[in-house]
Amino acid sequence: MFPERDKKNRDWVIRVGLASCGVAAGGREVYDALSTKLRQKGLNAELKQTGCMGMCYNEVLVEVSSPGGGRVFYRHVTPESVDRMVEEHLIGGQPVTEWVIPDEEIDNLLAKQKRIVLRNCGIIDPESIDDYLAADGYKALEKILRSMSPQEVIDEVTNSGLRGRGGAGFPTGVKWSFARNSPSSQKYIICNADEGDPGAFMDRSVLESDPHSVLEGMLIAGYAIGASEGYIYARAEYPLAIRRLEIALAQAEERGFIGKSILGCNFDFDVRIRQGAGAFVCGEETALMMSIEGRRGMPRSRPPFPAQSGLWGKPTNINNVETLANLPWIILHGADVYNKYGTDKSKGTKVFALAGKVAHGGLVEVPMGITLKEIVFDIGGGTSSGLEFKAIQIGGPSGGVIPASLADTPLDYDSVTKTGAIMGSGGLIVMDETACVVDAAKFFLNFTQNESCGKCTFCRIGTLRMLEILQRISDGEGKEGDLELLEELAESIKRASLCGLGQTAPNPVLTTIRYFRDEYEAHIYEKRCPAKKCRALISYEIMPEKCPGCGLCAKYCPTGAITGERKKPYIIDKEKCIHCGLCMSVCRLGAISVQSGGRDE
Amino acid sequence: MVIEAGAREKLSFAVIDAIAHKHNVELGAIIPVLQEIQEAYGYVPPVAIQRVAENTGVPASELFGIVTFYAQFRLQPLGKNLIKVCHGTACHLSGAERISQTIEQVVGAKEGETSQDGLFTVERVACLGCCSLAPCIMVNGKVHGRLTPEAIGKLVSQVKEKEKVVLSGEVG
Ligand SMILES: Cc1cc2nc3c(=O)[nH]c(=O)nc-3n(C[C@H](O)[C@H](O)[C@H](O)COP(=O)(O)O)c2cc1C
Ligand code: FES
Repeated sequence: MFPERDKKNRDWVIRVGLASCGVAAGGREVYDALSTKLRQKGLNAELKQTGCMGMCYNEVLVEVSSPGGGRVFYRHVTPESVDRMVEEHLIGGQPVTEWVIPDEEIDNLLAKQKRIVLRNCGIIDPESIDDYLAADGYKALEKILRSMSPQEVIDEVTNSGLRGRGGAGFPTGVKWSFARNSPSSQKYIICNADEGDPGAFMDRSVLESDPHSVLEGMLIAGYAIGASEGYIYARAEYPLAIRRLEIALAQAEERGFIGKSILGCNFDFDVRIRQGAGAFVCGEETALMMSIEGRRGMPRSRPPFPAQSGLWGKPTNINNVETLANLPWIILHGADVYNKYGTDKSKGTKVFALAGKVAHGGLVEVPMGITLKEIVFDIGGGTSSGLEFKAIQIGGPSGGVIPASLADTPLDYDSVTKTGAIMGSGGLIVMDETACVVDAAKFFLNFTQNESCGKCTFCRIGTLRMLEILQRISDGEGKEGDLELLEELAESIKRASLCGLGQTAPNPVLTTIRYFRDEYEAHIYEKRCPAKKCRALISYEIMPEKCPGCGLCAKYCPTGAITGERKKPYIIDKEKCIHCGLCMSVCRLGAISVQSGGRDE
Repeated sequence: MVIEAGAREKLSFAVIDAIAHKHNVELGAIIPVLQEIQEAYGYVPPVAIQRVAENTGVPASELFGIVTFYAQFRLQPLGKNLIKVCHGTACHLSGAERISQTIEQVVGAKEGETSQDGLFTVERVACLGCCSLAPCIMVNGKVHGRLTPEAIGKLVSQVKEKEKVVLSGEVG
């Protein structure tokens, strides 16, 4: 990634990472401050915005390339740091070393990565089609239109071994040939950009950082199956992604890459953007199509598959954002280059969103088959807290929790499935010792329970019953037989649900019971939460020897349970305490402790 | 459903009709129509549902079904400022519950409610996509990350400050 670029640039080039994470961390303010400062100083410097550089834990990130070719990344930049950066580095020629990310850290991050989907992310300006064109943009489109038949495109994609990145991992080329072989004068391509899994932000980052690659992917797919219309169904919580898509779409239309007789060839293709309206289940393909048609998004049974009867009854091919973003690269470099990466049955690379209690959280793209350990430790730098790595949650609410003891599991579709989890779309949440698995299972089930569309009884009510049992366990009211009951319900829900939501909803519960049974049992039989998370099973105390009596905790306590005199140790009234832990999170001196050792202690 | 007096005055059938007609050429565009109405008013006023039904021929019952199915749609007017509290996985692990608790304290509204002074509506969402900066909230469309209870206090008082300036400006 980050190929040596701007080698011969005559001027300074400064790039500010302005994907959502960068913006949230204050990137726009930094950009404006830089712009003002550069103007004031009359410097010949090109200031550019770019997308996600993948190192979200360092936001706001600024990359500075000097005219000679040297390049450094500044981290945690604020508008206040801009003065010194410009004065010392751009004018004085000396980078402010204490703010620069050490080369070694970047090398460690990159050593195991291979950027295909993310090839342009954090490099080009996502709002500039010229940047995309300069990075071989729309060359794959040109190649297929000038020299390949639709069947040849399908064969190439089939040979690449690419499997759908939206979760199910179905071979993309095979799916295309179904749609190609469905006779109809009207066919559709849908780009699934609903990315509903909490903890996943791969698709958002790609859309915000390189929207043209997704459009080009849709064009390739459209040409292959014989579709002339495309829809992008994007999640409403991603306003920036939608805006950049709209910009990209307008530019591509203007330059003749989208519209009628594209590049003068006999190929028409139009694209429309539709915003989701906040229903997780609409990520499921049949529900998604209902939603585009303007109805309540409820999955239906398949067959007929979308390839036979999809949007408005026409043959339709749905692909995920990441799947599509792979395509231009595959076409340009060839299937045989792509399928050298990865494992026997899982070819190519996969983008993961690494978050949770990990030191170097962000977006990583690695060849399939890399182990969890390599991701968490070699790339992720271990836990952010320095505490023991406990488990990793993969695949969002449909996935599962894989314990540290299985950290050697290779990340490919089959190996992950063997653990009871699923690869899913690519969210990886690292958990340290402070995470309680009962709480995590409850969290995910609560999510799927809320998002169940209500069509299937087991999914609608079965998940609720499971949630009640989990709630009971975390409230210290668990009973003998609860775990068996959970397992039984889980199996029934998996078997009796129509769509993937219900079929996978029990996975987080099943995997946590499978790998952390003792932790469940501690809740049930000892009324103890080993991670000290479940509110009903913990109590807080102020350690008098550490408390200087500043009163901050008392100020934040929502129930007025903390009292005391200034400059003397405060105390917590256990009757009034609701165990929210706010006091502990505001105390700067670590004077508050939490215990869990049975309610009567 | 009670419509706030002020909001009712601002409702204009002309606006609603224009939105409906703009999209009506497109197949299945009923959700975009409702989204745009919500964009204009901050919620979907029940009278607007009736009007859209008359305009498009889609029965009001069906429109109501759509509005209640999708989490995005609101049938109640919004407060002046909208706070979305992320309860996605990463934020949950980083103490989203505590963030909610603090917001409730400083704003005076629980998730799903609007504060009495009408200044804030607080909503619960599942993942804002900025998981590396957990815990996160979105205030009026802008994401704020790496939050602490203290930072929230500051953020909210900044918004309140701004409101005061606007108010006194209106008076003067
Ligand atoms: C409940 C549920 C939610 C889903 N959410 C998404 C999603 O957010 N994004 C996505 O690409 N696929 C999602 N899928 C998978 C889609 O149904 C579909 O398999 C996928 O978009 C196909 O694209 P692919 O072959 O490129 O992976 C979801 C499936 C289910 C059952
Ligand atoms: S979990 Fe909060 S932003 Fe993703």
